[in-house]
Amino acid sequence: MDSFVHRLDPRTKLLCSLAFILAVVLTPAGTWKAYAVYLLIMLGLILLSRLPIKYVAKRSLVIFPFVIMVAIFMPFFKQGQEAVSYDIGAWHIAITYEGLAVLINVVVKSWLCILCLIILSSSTKFEKLLHGMYRLKVPQVFVQITSFMYRYMFVLADQAMRMQMARDSRNFGLNRRNIFKTMGNMIGMLFIRSYERAERIYAAMLSRGYNGEIIVRDQLGFRLPDAYFALALCLLLACPAILWW
Amino acid sequence: MLCDRAIEIKGLSYVYPDGQCGLKDIDLTIYCGESVALIGPNGAGKSTLLLHLNGILRNSHSAVRMLGLPVDDKNIREVRKKVGMVFQDPEDQLFSLNVFEDVAFGPVNMGFSEEEVDRRVKQALQKVGMRDYEKRSSHHLSIGEKKRIAIATVLSLDPEILALDEPTSSLDPRGKWALIKLLSDLPVTRIIATHDLEMVRCLCNRTVLLDSGRIVADGMTGVILGDEALLSAHGLARDATAAEI
Repeated sequence: MDSFVHRLDPRTKLLCSLAFILAVVLTPAGTWKAYAVYLLIMLGLILLSRLPIKYVAKRSLVIFPFVIMVAIFMPFFKQGQEAVSYDIGAWHIAITYEGLAVLINVVVKSWLCILCLIILSSSTKFEKLLHGMYRLKVPQVFVQITSFMYRYMFVLADQAMRMQMARDSRNFGLNRRNIFKTMGNMIGMLFIRSYERAERIYAAMLSRGYNGEIIVRDQLGFRLPDAYFALALCLLLACPAILWW
Repeated sequence: MLCDRAIEIKGLSYVYPDGQCGLKDIDLTIYCGESVALIGPNGAGKSTLLLHLNGILRNSHSAVRMLGLPVDDKNIREVRKKVGMVFQDPEDQLFSLNVFEDVAFGPVNMGFSEEEVDRRVKQALQKVGMRDYEKRSSHHLSIGEKKRIAIATVLSLDPEILALDEPTSSLDPRGKWALIKLLSDLPVTRIIATHDLEMVRCLCNRTVLLDSGRIVADGMTGVILGDEALLSAHGLARDATAAEI
């Protein structure tokens, strides 16, 4: 896929995403008009990047289990006007309007942020993203770990799958305790294998002259469209603040 | 440069960190232009010996000289440039996110200019017949393709010595013969650790037999591979227990 957004410098996209997320997080709770502006910006970007809306929407659902896990108890603990209340024995459990508002704010904010990250990750090749991080002076160790993680994630998943197959083909109705035991063994085994692989990779790197520093060839170019894009986005992000405060 | 002795090892011993004996009193001289097979049963010390050739494993008193250079801290860069080490599992050798970066890793580390790096990558990929694979990600290649790219990653440094660990393992016969053809066309000194005797017959004029960390036999490939008793004594041919099959 290719579009204006795809072609932007990864640094522009990384920084703009950061700016967007900061803006969303710093917006006071309950300023719905501001949220609407942010959502419009995201919709505009989705259209501009020609990503299928369905795809983005579907992927953005991933965030909900996490958010709900974190925020589900808000309505119960926040003090304020009670919406519903129950008495169970000596306990008085109440859901407050203020609590519900916090929950909804958290959900909306995280959803906006994840939309932005999905657009970022779907419109930028992983290598470019890493390259951008490197150029933005993100610590090298971090960039390298991310790169290795991405490269070997599939290898590791493959390995885990094969181990699982080997286990299942010898598994004759284990009871639950044993299942956990074999699972523990498998995780341990995977760790040892990864550790050994890491040593071999390091040897392979040394063999080709690695001396602790990854040298990245610069193929990025910050061009005029990048500047326009960044400027436009910042203005849009500032809109709610200028208009309503 | 005077280059008659490519590899010179005198009295090399190595003990694994866990106390197990890896190599014991290895004396071995390989001359430029030779193609030497290093055969032996599993755990004989073949890979360990190879890892000494470019100083990944090192003895305190440098018993190894490559192209006349002792393998020590002072020469390590030069040695690693001249000795191309191809590891058994290409998954370890190809750690970058795409083929180009992997093949360029050595030249970039050696500080070549961008044009020179480009030229070397193109040339190396050309040599292994994978010209169009630059942008592909290593994970999605077949095992045969990975093995070829792994060889290209060291060819890009124009090595004078090629050290290969089990180059034909896990290849199907077609892939194996294609690889043998490829290796036979490379005009470098070769040392190949393997137990693929078919390949040894085709590629190597000299064979060194290693068992339990010692050199047991060293001579013309025809003579050593013709000695059925010697091979079966060291686990490389059918022995008495399998005689009736």
